[in-house]
Amino acid sequence: MTFLGMPTTAPRGVGNLRGDEPFPAAARKALANPQLRRNLHHATSTIRGKSAAVIAELPDWQQLRDAGAAIKADTMARLPELLEQLEAQVSAAGGVVHWAADANDANRIVTELVRATGQDRVIKVKSMATQEIGLNEALEAAGVEPVETDLAELIVQLGHDKPSHILVPAIHRNRAEIREIFLRAMPGVDPALTDDPPVLAAAARRYLRETFLNTKVAVSGANFGIAETGTLAVVESEGNGRMCLTLPETLITVMGVEKVVPTWQDLEVFLQLLPRASTGERMNPYTSMWTGVTAGDGPQNFHLVLLDNGRSAVLADDVGRQALHCIRCSACLNVCPVYERTGGHAYGSVYPGPIGAVLSPQLTGVEDNASLPYASSLCGACLDACPVKIDIPSILVHLRAEHVAAKKRPTPESIAMAAAAYTMDHPRLYAAAQRAARLSRFAGRRGRGLPPPLNGWTASRDLPEPPKETFRQWWAGR
Amino acid sequence: MRIALFVTCLADTMFPAAAKATVALLERLGHEVVFPPEQTCCGQMHVNTGYQKDALPLVRRHVKTFLPYDVVVAPSGSCVGSVRHQHAMVARQAGDERLATRAEQVASRTYELSELLVDVLGVEDVGAYYPHRVTYHPTCHSLRLLRVGDKPVRLLRRVRGLDLVELAAADQCCGFGGTFAVKNADTSTAMLADKMRHVLDTGADVCTAGDASCLMHIGGGLSRLRTGVRTVHLAEILASTEAS
Repeated sequence: MTFLGMPTTAPRGVGNLRGDEPFPAAARKALANPQLRRNLHHATSTIRGKSAAVIAELPDWQQLRDAGAAIKADTMARLPELLEQLEAQVSAAGGVVHWAADANDANRIVTELVRATGQDRVIKVKSMATQEIGLNEALEAAGVEPVETDLAELIVQLGHDKPSHILVPAIHRNRAEIREIFLRAMPGVDPALTDDPPVLAAAARRYLRETFLNTKVAVSGANFGIAETGTLAVVESEGNGRMCLTLPETLITVMGVEKVVPTWQDLEVFLQLLPRASTGERMNPYTSMWTGVTAGDGPQNFHLVLLDNGRSAVLADDVGRQALHCIRCSACLNVCPVYERTGGHAYGSVYPGPIGAVLSPQLTGVEDNASLPYASSLCGACLDACPVKIDIPSILVHLRAEHVAAKKRPTPESIAMAAAAYTMDHPRLYAAAQRAARLSRFAGRRGRGLPPPLNGWTASRDLPEPPKETFRQWWAGR
Repeated sequence: MRIALFVTCLADTMFPAAAKATVALLERLGHEVVFPPEQTCCGQMHVNTGYQKDALPLVRRHVKTFLPYDVVVAPSGSCVGSVRHQHAMVARQAGDERLATRAEQVASRTYELSELLVDVLGVEDVGAYYPHRVTYHPTCHSLRLLRVGDKPVRLLRRVRGLDLVELAAADQCCGFGGTFAVKNADTSTAMLADKMRHVLDTGADVCTAGDASCLMHIGGGLSRLRTGVRTVHLAEILASTEAS
């Protein structure tokens, strides 16, 4: 993609792809929060159950997954050509296409477009791309108020909080906390507000309806951009997206370049895969599609901002590029035993869970998110759940190797690994080391006296009693 | 049948009972077991921690050791998973296509114990007797890398005296994950806590699985909490008879 320059990673100092601390430290805090643990277990197991039930209804689910993977692989193989086709089609339909090399570019383009309208407020459709680049922060710095209209994103925004799930951004909040946030931060809220979910939803609806009717600019992301027709698509559940995409005078869509699909017919596959894998629905409640500008109907000014922000660098990695196939369904989060216990904030990026553990380090460069590839037991549940068959465990292992290769000097771990490999390649040394393993008795009763990092094991688990003889000693003597 | 035992470094060093049981079981069923002493470790820990280059000599050693045999068995889903899904990859990354091809040959003849019994030897009733209440944890790599499905359960159902009780959320990882258990010890322990809760809820005396590594993890937690529940490798249950 030479038109975007050499592949570079997402710039530092902007956006939400990097955490403040490594995963193990952040996870430790999350694990100590019983409310979070309960919310996550309840939410993920409910979605898992719903999703499994509707997936079981489709006899051709595996073929659909194969088709989804094949379309994405084909798209990535000719991404530049498809993006140029999309640009031509959107332009022909009256839209304006902008190319953003990174988060700074995209934020500047959107801010200038909003400024040109003379407006000081925008309504937003829930979008991962704009969360990724920190667009809300950039707009606020420019004196523009962004209002999130997805209920969960609104809860996150009013609570000055961060999303913790791709699909259910406020999964870490319960209704008592939501009531407090609304009372504190929602303009014009009824002070008698209760924590009854329908009451909370009604309060948000009153506030949002007013905002929809009084705001002239909207910012959205896109689930799909169809190269063949220049059509953009957003799928959602609450109808807020439909409002944002139809009521304002100006619509600005920020789309990651990997969201392009070649043809209209490809949606046949993805619109079956996405809702079943994601919310456990047969069909998503609202599917909005638009092609450029239609006179007298909907926004009369349409801008499409195509975002790279490290994606070309991901594309350049022949193992890691599969991460660009992601359709943001969150199925991997919902089945991940690590995510279910730590929640999304521990990952430090807007992309949490297994897909985040392979996408964030690639977008930023592995060294900026070096703990994430290790935030997995490699149990493989994510691969089985992925509707486009992204081999997340293999990418995790690949990124671990990249991290190890990036070390300029030997580390205690690399020395231990090299020594272990050398020993295991010399059977006599190996046999001697096996006998020495019996010395682990000196580590104290059940190994509690082991030094770091091995005391990570013995903090919660006993070591097995070393046997009297190894198998090979027994075999030699029988 | 002549069967080569790939003992795995963990069973060899720390859990020889599982390996001896594998030998006893296969010999009882009338097969010849050989143990090529040049074998050491499959290199999975190195690969999964990011040290593919260090794993290369181990892959080379494993392939050379087992290439002469028609059938290889290991009492571990995880190590067989490494042989099947990682060895050729490590060889190709090092640019050694010849090694990769040979690794694929070895992989195609290497079986996890329940696969060997059910698929190759065609036996489900191995004549075992084990009078205990037992729950089975399907380890992640057996389940999702090897797709052993219900083969271990079919074997356990035919064990006389054995009361098999179902484990809730059985397909969730116990939290071991090799170096994950140390690098992310807190998260690993949280996963283990839930696994142990489900094991205790069954009321079983014994938790079994096809992997010594996962059992070392679950057993280490059950022992620390003095639950009294033991972990026993699938091979040891299948090798048990009324005489033993």
